[in-house]
Amino acid sequence: MKGQITLPAPIADFPWRVVIPLTLLVAFGAAVLHSAAGGSMDPYASSHLIRYGVFLVVALVISYFPREWAGYVAIPAYIAILVLLGAVEVAGQLGGGSQRWLELGFMRLQPSEVMKPGIVLLLAAYFHSLPAAMIGTWRAILVPLGLIALPMAFVLLQPDLGTSLAIAFGGVVVMYLAGIPQKWFIGGAVAAIVATPLLYLFALQPYQQRRVTTFLDPTQDPQGDGYHIIQSQIAIGSGGISGKGFGEGSQSQLDYLPEPHTDFVFATMAEEWGLIGGLFVLLIFGIVLRYGMLVARDAKDRFSRLLAAGLTATIFFYVAVNLLMVMGFAPVVGIPLPFMSHGGSSMMTNMLCVGGLMMVERWNRQTNTVI
Amino acid sequence: MDRKNTSSSLRQTFGRRSFIVGAIQGGIGCLLAARMGYIAVAENEKYTLEAESNRVNLSLIPPRRGWILDRNGSPLASNRADFRVDIIPERVRDPDATVDLLSELLNFSPDETEDLRFRLEESRGFAAVPVANGLEFDKFAAVSVRLPELPGVVPQRGFSRFYPTGASVGHLLGYVGAPSREEYEAEPQPLLLTPGFKMGKDGIEQQFEAELRGIPGARRVEVTASGRIVRDLETRDDVQGDAVQLTIDGPLQDYAARRLGLESGSVVVMDCLTGDLLCMASMPSFDPNSFSDGIGRLEYSMLSENERVPLRNKVLQGLYPPGSTVKPTVGMALLSQGIDPDETVFCGGGLRVGNRVFRCWNRRGHGHTDLGKAIYQSCDVYFYAMAQRTGMWPIAEACKQYGMQQQFDLPVVSQFYGTVPDPDWKLEKYGREWAAFDTVNATIGQGYMLASPLQLAVMATRLATSEMVTPRLLMRNDRPQFASMGVSSEYKTYVRQAMSDVVNGPGTAGRARLPVEDVLMAGKTGTAQVVGLNISDGRSGPWRYRDHGLFIFFAPFDNPRYAGAVVIEHGGGSGAAYPVARDVMTFLLDPQRGLDALHALEAQWGGTAQQRLDRQYAAYAAAQGVDLPPAPPPVTLARQVDAEARAAAAEPDEATTEAVTPRDEANPRSQDSVT
Repeated sequence: MKGQITLPAPIADFPWRVVIPLTLLVAFGAAVLHSAAGGSMDPYASSHLIRYGVFLVVALVISYFPREWAGYVAIPAYIAILVLLGAVEVAGQLGGGSQRWLELGFMRLQPSEVMKPGIVLLLAAYFHSLPAAMIGTWRAILVPLGLIALPMAFVLLQPDLGTSLAIAFGGVVVMYLAGIPQKWFIGGAVAAIVATPLLYLFALQPYQQRRVTTFLDPTQDPQGDGYHIIQSQIAIGSGGISGKGFGEGSQSQLDYLPEPHTDFVFATMAEEWGLIGGLFVLLIFGIVLRYGMLVARDAKDRFSRLLAAGLTATIFFYVAVNLLMVMGFAPVVGIPLPFMSHGGSSMMTNMLCVGGLMMVERWNRQTNTVI
Repeated sequence: MDRKNTSSSLRQTFGRRSFIVGAIQGGIGCLLAARMGYIAVAENEKYTLEAESNRVNLSLIPPRRGWILDRNGSPLASNRADFRVDIIPERVRDPDATVDLLSELLNFSPDETEDLRFRLEESRGFAAVPVANGLEFDKFAAVSVRLPELPGVVPQRGFSRFYPTGASVGHLLGYVGAPSREEYEAEPQPLLLTPGFKMGKDGIEQQFEAELRGIPGARRVEVTASGRIVRDLETRDDVQGDAVQLTIDGPLQDYAARRLGLESGSVVVMDCLTGDLLCMASMPSFDPNSFSDGIGRLEYSMLSENERVPLRNKVLQGLYPPGSTVKPTVGMALLSQGIDPDETVFCGGGLRVGNRVFRCWNRRGHGHTDLGKAIYQSCDVYFYAMAQRTGMWPIAEACKQYGMQQQFDLPVVSQFYGTVPDPDWKLEKYGREWAAFDTVNATIGQGYMLASPLQLAVMATRLATSEMVTPRLLMRNDRPQFASMGVSSEYKTYVRQAMSDVVNGPGTAGRARLPVEDVLMAGKTGTAQVVGLNISDGRSGPWRYRDHGLFIFFAPFDNPRYAGAVVIEHGGGSGAAYPVARDVMTFLLDPQRGLDALHALEAQWGGTAQQRLDRQYAAYAAAQGVDLPPAPPPVTLARQVDAEARAAAAEPDEATTEAVTPRDEANPRSQDSVT
């Protein structure tokens, strides 16, 4: 389209459409983290940028994986992560407490994080191999549910409700997009509504129960559990349209806002950058997620489609739950905001998802050129 | 075929469902944007306010209290810069080293060091741990200089109320303390809840609370969630309260209080020309300095258990039978009834009225006695006889006119009326007719008659001037015009002379003569019996049965300038009172000579009133088994109002008089005072 000007292939093929917005978002996140650290690159902003750089390389490497590799890798990867989850559980038991990560020396690996793209990959491969005629059968439902339930169980044991819900969400979205009959989802939804009170009473830890009741009425405990939600809304609300200015947010600078660099990084940002900053962040997430959905739509085969859509859904889940939480629409669950919150695991998971999307996009282009 | 159809239908399903998923995502995105817009724009004002109230902490700065000054402008109550040191535990790097260094700098005992270490270990967060307060400046400075080695240590200065002469002004000024719940309910202002704010609790401090209080300053600070102050945003200075200047002469007040020594009693001195109250000493007293840091339970119980009621202001709330001090007033009543002062009554040691004999104090009798002799020899029989002639009414009238049963317009918390009995009063009160012995009792200031030391001082002043002098406590520069009491100058001179003879002539109080040249003091002794002679002889035995000693006086006798009264509770008789009056007047006229007398006595008693009070407290505390902090250090400011200051200031004068008046001859060391 650009006439005769042809860029060198590696540059032309480079996924600018996602890397540029992401880099902007991460840079913005680093600025916010700089402020959250009291005006210092350390300890948050610098490591945030370094991690992004490292995982961007990883994502780009992944993007060059051929279509076949992905299919081969799905099952072994799933099994390997399950083993790691088990190892975490065992290490935790031996260590005499709950533990979520394995110490790898250079970083702490949370296997539950890797499971989020992992489950999507596996289910995409499963539905790809499943004959289309069998999509309405029990096999199309029970096997995926089992595949989801297994890692969920491990993660719930840790206990980590947020991550297990994220795994379930990614898996269920893949199942939905794979074409499981609508009635099952309606039935599942009804079952979920019935099960919710039971889960609340029997499955949730007391601190998790408190988070739910607090979410319903934060003012009942303004100094305790409601404190997070109230302070977060104060931060966002007091930012106004254009914010208080970089490094001027009293809520975050004076420690009123809890977790200003992780779960509540959006509130930190909104206080200093206001509605404008908030819309900017939402816009970039919109661009990234739209990119993901377009990649899925353009994908040439069922595996690629489901993989791309599932990865997009995983990122979406992070963004949506985190933002709903900081704005008082969801209970406080420990889910960070992708690309902005400080934290290696979240960055890794989301960059793996992005890498997967770039990979599918590359496949799309290849089939285009082949056809 | 079938599979292909299904496959493409699955693809259609994917397209449809991915659209739904995308729409849900977009929907949630819009919801979030709208929610954020709502919070940040529509509710911006509310949340801005909440963020500000999070961030900004408004605290009041208690105003510096106005000073209370004596008539010469020296402070009776001032504010002492209170140097204190606190530790903010979370900023401390090495607690042990910090404690060790602080203990060294502040000369802590091992106990105090351990105490501090314990407090520091127990503490959490940003709450400051007090290390010491009421520090001397050099210790405070020593800590300040070493601050670089002491992270987390905060030396601060505030103000606390300071009464340089301590117990001497306790009753007069009252004390300050943190507002009680009742006081807050009566005046619900945030200032009353501010830490460090103190309000007047008694005496002048309470009466002039409005003037003395001042206007609080305010400090807006930025604080973190955990309460740590980040920076001052804005500070409005406090406005110090207005000073209140009293007519009290600070050094005289201090001298009188000290001169009362071990006795329980009061001294009032007035200026005859203006009515200014120069001295209203009441002892034993409390140290208002130690009250202003909060009354210790121990101290309070010590004071309230004492039978000499250190918590009562005896000048205003002590009521005593005036005894013979009422005789000059009765004499004025007789003169007003036309009795010739030269007319004599024969005193044979008693007077028979009907079938009863009323005895004179002098059982051997005074012989032929006129009014003058009756006053200076305090002859009871003369007054018995003359009062039978005039009846009670003129005497009661005169007593009231000369100040008894009067309340004066003074800024004090309470003053007692006392009693001047008359036939109507007795009938109403007891339903009994007035009898001859009632008149007999009244003429010698016994029976129902009760007066406060203040009233007796007013009586002395009015006897001296024959003017309706009224006492005043607030310093003013005008000289009030007092109404004449309608006494002829002849009679006025007569009574003055008679009262001078009490001291300077053949009277009852020869040793009250002032050791000051050219100034003669007039006076009248009084001994008020507390119980009948069948219970106690009035001089020995249980303290509470001993007679009160009274003395009213003025000087110089022929041109009175100062007048006053001394009452010694259960002092055993008037002999306990007039030496005090003599020394107080001596101090007023010749400070050094007065102090010499006092120093000799204090050496005998074991220190000044303050020293004795401190020791008494220590002994009491030891008996109760409680450790206590040492007495507060003396402060140079005290020099301005304590008795010693007067002599120091008057030294040039003294040098000149010394040549004229050789020491030996001038003033025999008084051994006459009661112990």
